[in-house]
Amino acid sequence: MDIQTLFFAVVAAVAILSGILVITCRNPINSALSLVMTFFCLATFYVMLDAPFMAAIQVIVYAGAIMVLIIFVIMLLNVRVESGKKYTHGVLIGSIMAVLLLFEAFYFLNRSSLTGARGMIDANVVQNVGHVELIGRAMYTDFLLPFEITSILLLVAIIGAVILAKKKI
Amino acid sequence: MDTTILGLPLIYYAAMILKVLVVFVFVLLTVAYATYAERKIIGHMQVRLGPMRTGWHGLLQPIADGVKLFFKEEIVPAQASKFTFLIAPLIALIPAFISFAVIPFGDTVELFGYKIPLQIASVYDTQAGRVLDLNVGVLYILAMASLGVYGIVLAGWSSNNKYSLLGGLRSSAQMISYELAAGLAIVSVFMLSESLSLQKIVADQSNFFSWSGTWYAFKQPLAFILFFICSLAEINRTPFDLPEAESELVSGFCTEYSSMKYAMFFMAEYANMVTVCAVTVTLFLGGWHGPLHPVLNFIVKVYFLIFVCMWIRATYPRYRYDQLMRLGWKVFLPLTLLNIVVTGIVIAAFS
Amino acid sequence: MLGAYLPIIVLVIVAALFGLVSVVMSSIIGQKKPSPVKLQPYECGCEPVGSARERFSIKFYLIAMLFILFDIECVFLYPWAVLYKRLGLFGLAEMGLFIVILFVGYIYVWKKGALEWE
Repeated sequence: MDIQTLFFAVVAAVAILSGILVITCRNPINSALSLVMTFFCLATFYVMLDAPFMAAIQVIVYAGAIMVLIIFVIMLLNVRVESGKKYTHGVLIGSIMAVLLLFEAFYFLNRSSLTGARGMIDANVVQNVGHVELIGRAMYTDFLLPFEITSILLLVAIIGAVILAKKKI
Repeated sequence: MDTTILGLPLIYYAAMILKVLVVFVFVLLTVAYATYAERKIIGHMQVRLGPMRTGWHGLLQPIADGVKLFFKEEIVPAQASKFTFLIAPLIALIPAFISFAVIPFGDTVELFGYKIPLQIASVYDTQAGRVLDLNVGVLYILAMASLGVYGIVLAGWSSNNKYSLLGGLRSSAQMISYELAAGLAIVSVFMLSESLSLQKIVADQSNFFSWSGTWYAFKQPLAFILFFICSLAEINRTPFDLPEAESELVSGFCTEYSSMKYAMFFMAEYANMVTVCAVTVTLFLGGWHGPLHPVLNFIVKVYFLIFVCMWIRATYPRYRYDQLMRLGWKVFLPLTLLNIVVTGIVIAAFS
Repeated sequence: MLGAYLPIIVLVIVAALFGLVSVVMSSIIGQKKPSPVKLQPYECGCEPVGSARERFSIKFYLIAMLFILFDIECVFLYPWAVLYKRLGLFGLAEMGLFIVILFVGYIYVWKKGALEWE
């Protein structure tokens, strides 16, 4: 095993562990912090996949903005530490679903064959042109319509946020 | 010299560890002596002397403060959420110190025939003959800045103290508001630099006396002023130090903290100030370019901006919270958008 | 690739170690004389009233939501700004439309008084 695989294994283990902590922590704030940790691991994966822009966005938007909102909500709703109450009614269905998903993942991993064929953009292109430039080039020429629709989506979200929070409109 | 680990020569690793340690110690010392300088400068501006007792003109004051805090009793309030209370100072401290990784503080130096760029997160690519640094350097800084809010909001919440909670909340709302304005203010710089790499942005400002290579502060004066003010607000410096408004909230989010844990918040605050000054120098004031030795240029500029921060603190009274939020959302945000649009039109008109 | 990112990990480790070691050392060395009164929440010497786990103004929540939305807008602006000179007038037009649509949202937020702190 080379060092990069080893590093990946360590980060992946941390990601899975913090993912498990998200749903097992009694204190909701600790759950939220574990989720932030998971986001960091994901950002590390993006960096390892030569996608630094995605990594930066992952941290800025998810860890820096969305999780702050979630922590605010936890504080706003005054969620207390769960007192030893066990939730058992979902365990059976949950485990069945998890096993099925695991089988699906293995099935498709087995079926797919890695041909070694490469697309137009590989690590060298990303290194030379720059990841931001490549993403921007794609987004502002080929995918212009989805980009403009995003602005309308954001507008709807802004209006929704105001309507949710203000009592009298 | 030919031994390589992971395709990089041994000297790269030696230089990397040296760079990390030197920069870390440099920031730490700057933080320590910024507290002393702040007390001295504000003292003299208010016709006082400031610290005078420990050492010649109080020069040993930061060390005395550090030792005192180190030996103080550590109090963990009985009703606090223990785990969060204990890690909040560390969460505040780490992002404050690691933003420095992408800031170039000097030219490339040659060591045993191997070129080493004076920037922590970078490597000299011998094949391409250029310095490779983070393609998203500026976004890295913004990402670390956006994490600064966690330390404060968690400290405020976990202390289980009303002053702490209010201080933490106020502070986090303020930080995210101004983070937005600061993030938008620098967009116009990227429109000129066509890159997010700090190496490229510094290289663009290499020639002070020609319009094409002058500092971005002259090409984008509004962005420069907005970015600096918003950054001061984001790191809770005076006149925006609402979270620690001692006349209203005792000590804000760190009311319940004592001993070294309090010192962590204190250091994080000053380290953030040093980072903001270094980022402003890199983005707007030509980075390490200048008449002196590159590293010296950089340090002089950063120290000058730190002095300006202290000068501002000695001059202006604190904002009220509603004024602060109005300034951020209703004045700075539209101004930054306007600046982007105007920059866009001017560039389009001249090309 | 690796050369540029490895130092960040090293710096994170150095900073974390520094923080951890100094906090742990000081809690070992420092004196410990806890008393029930000392461990109460600090309220300027008065008896603490109620818990601090109170609900707070929805304002903060609204600010956080608006922050996410404008932050995403900001993120869209970065690649655009980097490419702006290469996209030319076309770039100006498409981002003009994007900014105008979001500016409508901004004016809506302002008019509804969501930015007021009375």
